Amino acid sequence: MAGIQLLQREGVRVIYPQGQSCCGQPAYNSGHRADALKVARQQVKLFKKDIPIVLPSGSCAGMMFKHYSELFEGDPLEKEATEVANRVFELTEFLVHVLKVDLKDKGEPVKVTWHGSCHSQREMGVREEPKELLRQLESVELQELKREKECCGFGGTFAVRQPEVSAAMVEDKTKDISDTGASAVVSGDCGCLMNITGTLEAKQSRVKGQHIAEFLLERTDEA
Amino acid sequence: MKPEGTFRQRAKEALADKELRGNFRRAMDSLMVKRANQFSDVDEWTRLRSLGEAVRKRTLEKLPDLLEKLETNCKKNGIQVHWAETTDEANQIILAILQRRGAKKVVKGKSMVSEEMHLNAFLGEHGITALEADLGEYIVQLAEQMPSHIIMPAIHLNRRQIADLFKKKIDGFEYTESAVEMTAAAREVLRREFSEADAGLSGVNMAVAETGTIVLVENEGNGRMVTTVPPVHIAVTGIDKIVENLEDVTPILSLLPRSATGQDITTYVNMISSPRKEGEKDGPEEVHLVLLDNGRTRIHADPETRQTLQCIRCGACMNHCPVYTKVGGHAYGGVYPGPIGKILTPQIEGIEPYGDLTSASTLCNACVEICPVKIPIAQMLVRLRNEAATGCPESSVKEAGVKKSTVEDMVWKGWSTSHSSPAAYSMMTAVLGMTGNMMPKSAPMLKEWTSVRAKPKFAKKSLHRMVKKLGVDDE
Ligand code: SF4
Repeated sequence: MAGIQLLQREGVRVIYPQGQSCCGQPAYNSGHRADALKVARQQVKLFKKDIPIVLPSGSCAGMMFKHYSELFEGDPLEKEATEVANRVFELTEFLVHVLKVDLKDKGEPVKVTWHGSCHSQREMGVREEPKELLRQLESVELQELKREKECCGFGGTFAVRQPEVSAAMVEDKTKDISDTGASAVVSGDCGCLMNITGTLEAKQSRVKGQHIAEFLLERTDEA
Repeated sequence: MKPEGTFRQRAKEALADKELRGNFRRAMDSLMVKRANQFSDVDEWTRLRSLGEAVRKRTLEKLPDLLEKLETNCKKNGIQVHWAETTDEANQIILAILQRRGAKKVVKGKSMVSEEMHLNAFLGEHGITALEADLGEYIVQLAEQMPSHIIMPAIHLNRRQIADLFKKKIDGFEYTESAVEMTAAAREVLRREFSEADAGLSGVNMAVAETGTIVLVENEGNGRMVTTVPPVHIAVTGIDKIVENLEDVTPILSLLPRSATGQDITTYVNMISSPRKEGEKDGPEEVHLVLLDNGRTRIHADPETRQTLQCIRCGACMNHCPVYTKVGGHAYGGVYPGPIGKILTPQIEGIEPYGDLTSASTLCNACVEICPVKIPIAQMLVRLRNEAATGCPESSVKEAGVKKSTVEDMVWKGWSTSHSSPAAYSMMTAVLGMTGNMMPKSAPMLKEWTSVRAKPKFAKKSLHRMVKKLGVDDE
């Protein structure tokens, strides 16, 4: 929602195809290609218009950008899928490189930290963009994590297939977050956020987790 | 070999050991920094890495040819070449050489392939003692354990634990936690053994086809001792560790230590090209090269799985793996731990005993990012998961399809049906919005999830509905 509002505020006309569901990554990553393809085909059909496709979650963006061409190999929709992949943008990269936004901070002074998701970093190549946006905000102090690049342990079905290892990973991650002294951890990936905030909540930590779109919108909104 | 229990069980045990977790966290944190410092020049890294990848890919493309060349040129140099299809055959070949020489004692340099063969135990059964001469391997052998890392076998132990071990196992060792003094104590034992050993055994980092040279890198000098002091030197390697010519050696010599330990170069680079020649004062009388297949030909047959064999065994993928840094090497239950182990072990040993290793990854791609020869480890994991779940009999992967589960198939079928039909999807999200929050913590999957996390909250209204209300176009 906040992602759409941010784009609209920059004067972008946003279309949201109501038929969309999921990019197919969960099944693809679990080795169930046929099921992944079935779901992915449905999405490709919906996004045929030749306009940028902006995703507010690095992991989904990475799936479409990096893996669609391979998943659709030999499929009747292969050409369309490759075109879709080429039009995919992760939200913050779109804000920085395409819209070249200039954010005006309206919020109180606050210290936050940033968790970059594995897939937006390593599949989308989005590393500095979100931090650039946070640094545009005058009263926001960004304290980087000691191990910013390390996975939080979500990994989709991994969290339930290997719950103990996943728990140990998110434990290290949330400790790193708490050690920064920030009052909020901002991220661009819904999976990581669900994992991290769920753990912080269970620990009754005072650190809040927030999606970057929401955070940016909240800090810069007129109201 | 079948490992004990599942990865999940072994990982759980490892995680309960706080000291172990601390040891890995500290060691890997420092290794990651050291490697990053080596490759701070992104252009140089990109160039060198592409070169490394190209060398390994070209080698594998021409592998059958190069192996023949290697044999011819080694023989010309006086190195005796032996082929083994299985680990049993390799063990028998080595035993025969040792028995012919009446050898009773062997000193060993680091060799992961000999671990793959369980060579020490095999020789022990035939009355031959094999003593590990690499400091890390020596420690692990004293502790009667397996290596927990392919480059740093004893990295799971800290100084205090090693001091305790030495106190127990080395006669006359005066307790100290000083690394220098402990190393000196081990060296004293090992020096004695080198001079008494009947044969030396080593691994191989690269075998050069055009020149018939065995390249061996190491830091402690034990490799040089093992390959020069005893009268017989036996080198064992997988058939994948070949390069075409001496020029190919240079990028790998640079990538390997810098990726592994963050060193500019290893302390010793041994190039072994023949046994002792007439008039020479040192060197072994016999040099043997044992080339082990153990499933590699099968892995090589498929262009996708073949990429596994690009590996130069630098261990960097372990150092950077968020799973490995938590659970350590023993949890993988095989010879090769970490990301490379997750793709190599199930292919060598089969999906049945080791297929669960492929689920031990979030596909975070940290390994892919740093692998000096660009092995797409995450993509290979997905391929192996696919093979395990659905594999066909002609597959190049050993025991493909054995993890096929009807229940899982049905779950994914249901998922793909609900997610490929807009009507079904909208109904499902509506139902989840209404009832999702009423699910008890003990519900399947939620139970695992809530072990350390609060229950996820399902939105009352789906995003689809909120967006519609906002008036966003649907086209
Ligand atoms: S897979 Fe890559 S990073 Fe891992 S040991 Fe092999 S070469 Fe090194």
